[in-house]
Amino acid sequence: MSTPKPAFSHDAKREALATRLREFMPRSSVLTTEEDLRPYECDGLSAYRRLPWIVALPETTDQVGRLLRLCSEQNIPVVARGAGTGLSGGALPLEDGVLLSLAKFNRILEVDPANRTATVQPGVRNLAISEAAAPYGLYYAPDPSSQLACSIGGNVAENAGGVHCLKYGLTVHNVTGIKFMTMDGELVTLGGKALDIPGYDLLALMTGSEGMLGVMVEFTVKLLPKPERAQVVLAVFDEIEMAGDAVAAIIAGGFVPAGLEMMDNLAIRAAEAYAKAGYPVGAAAILLCELDGTAEEVSEGIAQIRTLLLKQGASEVRAAKDEADRLRMWAGRKAAFPAVGRLSPDYYCMDGTIPRKHLARVLKRISELSKEYGLAVANVFHAGDGNLHPLILYNANKPGELEKTEELGGKILEFCVAVGGTVTGEHGVGVEKINQMCIQFTKGELEQFHALKAAFDPKGLLNPGKAVPTLSRCAEFGRMHVHGGKLIYPDLERF
Amino acid sequence: MNAANDIAPQLSETVKAAAGRGTRLVIAGSGSKRFYTGELEGEKLDVTGHRGIVSYEPTELVITARAGTPLADIEAVLAEKGQMLAFEPPYFGETATLGGTIACGFSGPRRPYAGAARDHVLGVRIINGNGEILHFGGEVMKNVAGYDVSRLMVGARGTLGVLLEISLKVLPKPAKEITLCHAMPADKAVTVMNAWGAQPLPLSAACHAGDTLYVRLSGTELGVQAARAKLGGKLLDTSDEFWRDIREHRHRFFQGGAPLWRLSVPPATAAMNLPGQWLIDWGGAQRWLKSDAPAADIRRAAETAGGHATLFRSAGHNGASFHPLPATVVTLQQNLKRAFDPDNRLNVA
Repeated sequence: MSTPKPAFSHDAKREALATRLREFMPRSSVLTTEEDLRPYECDGLSAYRRLPWIVALPETTDQVGRLLRLCSEQNIPVVARGAGTGLSGGALPLEDGVLLSLAKFNRILEVDPANRTATVQPGVRNLAISEAAAPYGLYYAPDPSSQLACSIGGNVAENAGGVHCLKYGLTVHNVTGIKFMTMDGELVTLGGKALDIPGYDLLALMTGSEGMLGVMVEFTVKLLPKPERAQVVLAVFDEIEMAGDAVAAIIAGGFVPAGLEMMDNLAIRAAEAYAKAGYPVGAAAILLCELDGTAEEVSEGIAQIRTLLLKQGASEVRAAKDEADRLRMWAGRKAAFPAVGRLSPDYYCMDGTIPRKHLARVLKRISELSKEYGLAVANVFHAGDGNLHPLILYNANKPGELEKTEELGGKILEFCVAVGGTVTGEHGVGVEKINQMCIQFTKGELEQFHALKAAFDPKGLLNPGKAVPTLSRCAEFGRMHVHGGKLIYPDLERF
Repeated sequence: MNAANDIAPQLSETVKAAAGRGTRLVIAGSGSKRFYTGELEGEKLDVTGHRGIVSYEPTELVITARAGTPLADIEAVLAEKGQMLAFEPPYFGETATLGGTIACGFSGPRRPYAGAARDHVLGVRIINGNGEILHFGGEVMKNVAGYDVSRLMVGARGTLGVLLEISLKVLPKPAKEITLCHAMPADKAVTVMNAWGAQPLPLSAACHAGDTLYVRLSGTELGVQAARAKLGGKLLDTSDEFWRDIREHRHRFFQGGAPLWRLSVPPATAAMNLPGQWLIDWGGAQRWLKSDAPAADIRRAAETAGGHATLFRSAGHNGASFHPLPATVVTLQQNLKRAFDPDNRLNVA
């Protein structure tokens, strides 16, 4: 290209860009001082921090489009950010790029009760959608535990889950329309209130794409009727294997529980100390099994599940006495992360998914690794869909402990892959699990991902360095991981 | 299991060789959906030999099968364990394979209440245009590692890769299923279907054909009976046959030679002003229209309603005609095609 590279310093270049951005955005929407930038240095994965170069808070799609065009012309990378609750560092800023916050896109544009959809901007909080739909007896099903704070934009970018996925699906199953902007600032509209779209399923592709393919500016999501009744039972087990077998028995019995959660002893004790949910602190594991549906279905199902759980060796099975009791039972589980957080200065949340049948094996391996590394691990498990959240307790102020924690976490994820699972069930790869992607995917598969990315963003300006590792990164990482005497990428140069 | 029916290496070699010779390939299953995919030019790549169930674990709710496996075999194996493919796939021919079903992305009457084919795909193994065997997704319900290539393959009609293996989420068959009939005109039926869809009822299908609204309820014995008491209507004796005929286009509505259009629209869309006969399925979201009206009129009406229209079947001609896409989407689709099949070898239209 004939455009000469500006001979500015880093700061002068930033001021030049800010000036250009302020031509179409209010001064207060373009942040450049350290004081203003600091709140954006990390997302929910606070172990990774980097002060952004510049933060932009556009309010209109026109502003987003102009910003992207400008950055595209000047080859400046862009990282989109929602509420900043993500747990994989997907919104970690760049020191030479724009952090594009969608916080000002915070309007619910329409709730359509007849078609049972809501059309919302990306900065709308997950729970706010259900609140807006409640007067019609409807709600938005995916409920990540951060639903009070997390935004729908981040939910779609990460394909967020929650505790009801087995029955109601992930975000991808509940989005029927997406508007996004390409890196060149072109607006693309996919779908709307109909159930499918013509052409390739770009709706599915955009969902969970971690801000790598486009900047999403509007969504249409499905709303479901609120079930007539929900009822939960808590089953107590003296051995974790029995709890695992009970989960398989519930599924084999033809039930599709709305929620099916397991916690191990450390998680139970932490949750009980924090939330006073009435959990048995001596139990090896508890299962929470919730059924929802019509009153008749639920009553019938709960009676059958109680019998089944006792047959599977539960030492106690309790059903919630009333709605307050049901919410109390869930309160412990929903507070499990902060509760574990109180046991230790820091905790690190993993997100592997495994075929459920390997649960006992995986938990045993985690326990061995925990001893080996001298770091306690509490386990919270979306048992219905095999999504395991080991929480590693550590102290970031102890030199080297974060590194040790990350290594332990990496080993847990690699074991999840070894038993046929995945390194991330619902939190995304981000920067956090990028090395483990080298374990889960072959060179050809990673190359295919890069080609796919280039189909949307040929210059690689959207969220660079996240989600999919470069082959050279894998080669470097692969040096440490020798499988059966063979390197994972034998044909790549080592350095 | 069934190693003799694993011909992935041969298929991969054939794709590589074709790339070397500059030959185009047409992926061929049983041929049951040729009316939809059309006659493509190129050498036939027969995938029916790549067949068999690779793994099925009822308690994991996951089945993995090779693309050439007859759909009927898969459904029979699932039924033995009281499970099913919840998207109720149409066959359009007894010999239909799993690969063709997923490549076309067809879903049956249960779709609005249980999800589409793409919603149940957990992972795929494919051969891309370079002949490389690649695996995406997996056999677990929740998996967000890498881009969702598995779901991208659903409905791509083999243009992005040869499907080798597909892992699907399966669900238990409901203990009880009944269908209720209410005589009413189409307009009222759309309102009623959507009003019921907004209530916590165990709906699993809703369609309007002729002058009757048909609603299927699925669930436990007690749950279904309670809902029946609420909704009223006449019990249909031939519930399974009725929905099978709707799904397979064997219902009498689908007879005759007029062009058959599929309109995918917001479910509560009011009656559309187009000449012809209608059958409204998916609680209003999928509408079949037999009409000789100009394509442009039908497409404009579908777009105005917020949806799209496909000329699904027309007499004496194979190959559906799809709704034109906006230029921005066309560019992205072409880029994606190049990303998966750089030399334009697979199922080129």
